Amino acid sequence: MNTQANTLRESSMESPAAAAAIIPLSRRMRWAVRRELWENRSIFIAPLAVGGLTLLGSLISMVHLPAKMRAAMSLDPVKQHELILQHYFIASGVMMLTTLVVGIFYCLDALYGERRDRSILFWKSLPVSDLETVLSKMITPLLILPLVAFGVAVIVQGIMLLASSAVLAGSGLSVAMLWTHAAVLQTWPMLLYHLLTVHGLWYAPVYAWLLLVSAWARRAPFLWAFLPPLAIVAVEKIAFNTSYFWEMLVNRVIGGPGGEDYMANSLSMDPLMHFKPALFFISPGLWIGLAVATAFLVLAIKARRSGRPI
Amino acid sequence: MPCIEARGLRKAYGTTIALDGVDLRVEYGRILGLIGPNGAGKTTALDAILGLIPYDGELKVLARDPWNQREQLMRDVCFIADVAVLPRWARVSHLLDYVAGVHPRFDRAKAEGFLAKTSIRRTSKVRELSKGMVTQLHLALVMAIDARLLVLDEPTLGLDILFRKQFYDSLLNDYFDHNRTIVVATHQVEEIEHVLTDVMFIDRGRIVFNRSMDEVEARYTEVMVRPERVPEARGLKPIYERPSIDGSVLLFDGIERERLAPLGEVRRPSIADLFVAVLSGQGGQAQGGVQ
Repeated sequence: MNTQANTLRESSMESPAAAAAIIPLSRRMRWAVRRELWENRSIFIAPLAVGGLTLLGSLISMVHLPAKMRAAMSLDPVKQHELILQHYFIASGVMMLTTLVVGIFYCLDALYGERRDRSILFWKSLPVSDLETVLSKMITPLLILPLVAFGVAVIVQGIMLLASSAVLAGSGLSVAMLWTHAAVLQTWPMLLYHLLTVHGLWYAPVYAWLLLVSAWARRAPFLWAFLPPLAIVAVEKIAFNTSYFWEMLVNRVIGGPGGEDYMANSLSMDPLMHFKPALFFISPGLWIGLAVATAFLVLAIKARRSGRPI
Repeated sequence: MPCIEARGLRKAYGTTIALDGVDLRVEYGRILGLIGPNGAGKTTALDAILGLIPYDGELKVLARDPWNQREQLMRDVCFIADVAVLPRWARVSHLLDYVAGVHPRFDRAKAEGFLAKTSIRRTSKVRELSKGMVTQLHLALVMAIDARLLVLDEPTLGLDILFRKQFYDSLLNDYFDHNRTIVVATHQVEEIEHVLTDVMFIDRGRIVFNRSMDEVEARYTEVMVRPERVPEARGLKPIYERPSIDGSVLLFDGIERERLAPLGEVRRPSIADLFVAVLSGQGGQAQGGVQ
């Protein structure tokens, strides 16, 4: 009904002024994201492939599952928990690593590839601003990749859990112990939280830096992305014999706000180790990172604006 | 208000001056040919008009400032800058969907109609299409946009003659009407000559010639003069002279045809000949200045 009314209204207004109809920003952004998914199928394919391989590995390991569970019964609860959930930790950890790698390559190519294949001239012939373009490319690592990783991880862990239960039931063992430890209904929301906060927000300055390099570099964006930070580290070490910059980078990539070791934690599915939103959202590290990310994005938009085919 | 108006448009890349104070004015409903040798500043001028590069001087396109209002401008302007800029990974259906999704003036049915006349399949990827087909696809997308200004920069470069001819034919027959304005930059003059209403020559960043085709027709005459009458013909001060198989071809500016007819066969000069005459005339003047 609504659409019909709109169409009627649009077609009845034939004057040039009325024809300057504007497509709402939300719709343009939806198409921009869709466009990214068409171009970068690795956003789906890489997590799916990694998820598939993880699943294959875990199915093969199920030969030993009944023996493992019997051994686990004699252990204390903490060790039991670790042993039983080992594969689940690996499954989600590998998925997060995949997200990071895909995100890095995606960002480096996002604004470089369109200049290299000259398609920037086509994109710029459409009424889409450079701001929207750069933001739509930032949405991919910030939101799309974590959501895809979450979806695939849930499917993979779900199948692992069901298959394990079937194997255990088949060999006459109780599945209760498995389900108590692998409390997925509790851990999945935590996984989602972790992906959106750490892989999205905490890594934002990393992705924004890569987008800036991608918008600006005339060649070898990979080298431009990684060599200058390393050069700063080297200069700092030689000049002042300190390594604050290096520590900051390490903290950004594998640490977290408040210096927690996120890489180690992310392998764990223990909800209590992750779920510290208060700590996360008041940490200066997060907000400084977001400010730096914004600055990089502003520069990337500026670079995109005068970007020419190379 | 004209469609495009520039005053003192300048652009320098480092020490290279690409546009050296260009003044131009293009009214609505014209088809302007921007002709110039490679590196003359054609693409730079069009880039400025399309808001792709910053510039010095005054420039208004559809009463807008292109550099600061590119995305608004692109609702009313479309362009094909160079062939083969469609993303190679995209499917034909993706491009139709996307342009329909973001462009308020895109008529999808119209684009599908243009595509139906070609052998382009909707499921093909751009990388699977031949160069000619990519151009057809791009043209189908652009012609389905109800724009007021269409800018083409060497749109047929690298295409074979058949596609080049089709390209301009469909532009004229299926697209152009007197509410639209088209600017075409090329150095292949012959193939667009017959579609133009105005012609502009650009050389070393300056507009060196700017006339409507009607004016060109009225003012310029080319005469095939047999060798024995050449001295007499030179007395009428031709702006250019070139040898031909049986005599010389002399180009005159503003001499009545009746005075020229006795000298030999009179005809309308081609834009290419006029271009050579005007540009070598420029060169001559520059040299004269140096000596």
